[in-house]
Parts: sequence; C-alpha cells; structure tokens
Amino acid sequence: MKKLINAPEAVLADALSGVAAAHSGLNVDTENKVITRTAGTRAGKVALLSGGGSGHEPLHGGFVGLGMLDAACPGEVFTSPVPGQMLTAAQAVDGGAGVVFIVKNYTGDVLNFQMAAELAAEEGLSVETVLVDDDVAVRDSTYTAGRRGTGATVFVEKIAGALAEQGADLAAVAEMAKRVNASSRSFAVALTACTTPASGKPGFDLSEHEMEVGVGIHGEPGRRREKLRPAKEIVATALDAILDDQPLAAGDDAIVMVNGLGATPLIELYVVFNEVAQVLAAKNVTIARSLVGNYVTSLDMAGVSITVCKADADMLALWDAPVNTPALRWGA
Amino acid sequence: MDIDLARAWVQAIATAVDQHKDQLTQLDSAIGDADHGVNMHRGFSAVTTALEGVEPDTVGALLVKAGTTLISSVGGASGPLYGGAFRAIGKMLDAPKATPGEFAHALAAGLDSIKKLGAASPGDKTMIDAYAPALASFQQQADAGADLAAAALAAADAAEDGMRATTPLQARKGRASYLGARSVGHQDPGAASTALIFRALAETAVAR
Repeated sequence: MKKLINAPEAVLADALSGVAAAHSGLNVDTENKVITRTAGTRAGKVALLSGGGSGHEPLHGGFVGLGMLDAACPGEVFTSPVPGQMLTAAQAVDGGAGVVFIVKNYTGDVLNFQMAAELAAEEGLSVETVLVDDDVAVRDSTYTAGRRGTGATVFVEKIAGALAEQGADLAAVAEMAKRVNASSRSFAVALTACTTPASGKPGFDLSEHEMEVGVGIHGEPGRRREKLRPAKEIVATALDAILDDQPLAAGDDAIVMVNGLGATPLIELYVVFNEVAQVLAAKNVTIARSLVGNYVTSLDMAGVSITVCKADADMLALWDAPVNTPALRWGA
Repeated sequence: MDIDLARAWVQAIATAVDQHKDQLTQLDSAIGDADHGVNMHRGFSAVTTALEGVEPDTVGALLVKAGTTLISSVGGASGPLYGGAFRAIGKMLDAPKATPGEFAHALAAGLDSIKKLGAASPGDKTMIDAYAPALASFQQQADAGADLAAAALAAADAAEDGMRATTPLQARKGRASYLGARSVGHQDPGAASTALIFRALAETAVAR
C-alpha cells in the first residue's frame, strides 16, 4: 500500500512537527507528544484534555483551540497514549479550575486515562473523566467492552469546550459533556479497510461488491458484512440503528454529523446527508445544526459515520459559541 | 529466582517479542487493530534500555522498573495490563532471591492485577486465558517441590494450551468483543503474548 511517509516508525513525530509548523495557535511538545494552545489556559478556566490513538485526524489535535480543547495527547497510530503523557498535558493546561478528561470508550484509552487520573490526583489536580460511548453498532452489555466512542466526541468537545470558555466550573463542564454524550448516537459503514503505516496491508479484505456494516474507527472489521447497497438503503440501516436506540420525536432538534472515514469524497458525504435529511424530515425532526466532512477518520478507510445528537436549547447555544481550532472555526 | 535470572527473563521476552512481532500483529489484525506486535516490541525494547546499567537490590525492584517502563511506553490496553502485572509481581519480591513458592505467589499477584484492571475473567478470550492455567501449573509444581525450571516449563506448556483454547471462544473484553460472534475462530493476540512471556521464563530458567 502506497503511503506519503518517510518511514512507518517516524509518522507520528513527522506529523506532529508538521502540525507545529502549520498552526501558530498550537504549541506542540514533540518530545512528550502533547498539543496545547499557544495562548495557554486562562486562569480560572476549566481545561479540557482529550487524547487517543493517532490516525483519526483532525481528532484530537485539530480541535485544540479557543472554545474547544486545551490539550490533546496523540498516541501511536490506533494506540492509546500513555499515562505520563496525559499527566504532562494536564499539568501544562490546568488553570487552577481543574481538568476534564474526555475519553473515548476503548479498553486501552480507559485504562491509560484511569492511571493518568490517579497520577494527577496525587499531584493535587482536580480531574473529572467523561467517557464517550455513542456507537450503537456495539451492544452495551456485560459481554462486550461497551459501546465505542466515535463521532459524538466532536460534539462533546465543542459543546463542553464552549461552556468551559464561558467560565462554568469543573462539575458543570463535566456534566454537560456527559449530557451531550448521552444524547448522541453514531453508526458507521466501511467500503474499504484501512492500512496502518506499520502493517502496510489493509486490516481486512473486502471485495468490490461488499461493505462492512457497524465498523469502528480502528480498522477492525464491523458487526457484519453485507452486499453493497445504494446510499439510501445504507442510511436507512444506520438511522434505524440510531433511532431504535434513541428515538427522536416530531419537533425535536438534532445536530447531525455526516463524517468521512478518511477516503470518502465529499460529494458522497453530501449524497448521504441528503438521505439523512429526508428521513429526519419525514419524522418532523429539525436538523438544527450540521457538519459534513472529515472530522473523526480512520486513516484511509472509505466509508461514512452518521452521528445524531438530540439537542436542547443550551446545547445549540453552546454549539453556536465562537470556536477557533484548525478543524472547526466560526464566530471567532 | 534471582536478580540476574529476572533480568535474563525480561531480555528473553524482548527477544521473543521481536521474533514474533509480525505474528502478534497478524493475530491482532484479524480481531483487533493490528498493533499488538508493534506495541509490545516498543515496550520491551524500552525495558531493555531502561534496565541497562541499573543494578537493583531485589528481584522486585527490577521487575517493578520493567513494569513502570511498560506503562510509559506501550500504550493501548496491554501497557497498563502487562505493566501493572510486572509491578504487582515485583512488589511481592523484596529480596535478592525468591523460592519457586514465593515466585508463584508473586505471579498470582500479577494475575490479580490484570483481572482487576481489565475486569475480565477466564473464558473472555484475553491474556487471562493463558495466564491463569500457567499460574495454576506453576503453583502445582512449586507445591510439589519442583525447581523453578520445572515449574516454569509446566507453566509455559499450560499457557500455550490456554492460548490455543482461545480460538473457539467469543471475545467478551477488549476490542475483539466489538466483533461479537465474528471473533470466534481466531486466536487471541493477548493470550499469544502471554504465552511468549511464560515460554521465555521457562527457557531462561532451563538455560540456568
């Protein structure tokens, strides 16, 4: 598989140096692998810290900036960052009001952030951890590691980030982050596998006429393999799964993200968004805000994830608040 | 078990992980995210470097250092799980030497650490499915008065049996659990790396 890299083991370091060179608003500690705002954290502001394996860009580093994250800790490709890294980041961005850890629900991320929270507590920092687990393709039961954290991470980081910017305290910011997560559901379909730089081969084989239904964002196979169908039917499957789990009633407002997994043309994402809009319109649900683009990717996977957040007025107001990050920018 | 043997064991794990890196990654790409071999290799390479020139007073100090290094270098779930296990084993061994019985006790603390942190049980298709039978065999041999080499050989065989027995299981923990029934028919990569760790212990003890 062809890759625009120098060497597989240098990808993360090279990319972080690129982030540093491209975005003067970001400070990149390439040694500890920590991305923070150049401006630092305003005294008394709750800091938001997230992190996870790399390969999901712009998540998380692309969401560091005014109105969103204060720090991001990128791990190796698809591998969670380590506790020391998170501690370094937490200490760098604590403005005296505490730090919210936004953690996608994967065993590795959860365990490493848990250790980091213990270390931070020993250092006298106040930390609240918020788990994101929006992917309805995985049943949340005692027989799995629980639902995966995927697209809703963007909603959580944007809305809780805006609340923190307004000066809310640690408990309030964490509570809002949990509310956004609890109101959001996602489902994804892949048309191709992705290829990690280290392995050089696609994670699974998929023929021309097949798709993986219910995939996550780490190149792992999905819940099942099906024959490729028209976008209308794929969207129907995804929205059935999402709305089965969290019904939306006539008159509800929704924030909807149609997200490319890395190798999906934007024109196809708009084809998908059109189908989503038709289904929700038929239910008299208003798409109050939307995002269409690549926000939570899985390297070079072709496919799409759909995230629907049942939004209240507070969430919408926070959504509209100014944000200035490399990947999300308005009103600032 | 003594300090030199513990060091040789950790180095033998590093060598084994290096040799089996691609195989571990291949197992992980079938039901996970294709990084287990790379992560374990990065971790044990870091351990080898971290232990260079370090002269600990106890077996435990060496293993705690190895564990701490794994936590800070592996990432993923394996970092805290293996790192925590080596730290737990080390914390039980506060002398320059340990009898097979004492070492069995320490290995048990390692398993407890993995179970507690990972909230997993035998049969969930995880590293525990190799570790638990290995520990049971080691304990049995130690209780019967066997030396470290004999106990470690029995443990390595049991770990490999346990590893193979993960193939028909459906994963209930970790990333493979997302696949549901599709995880059946694939050997668990974590169980495979645990088997490597016990085989390295056996080979190191026998070579002594």
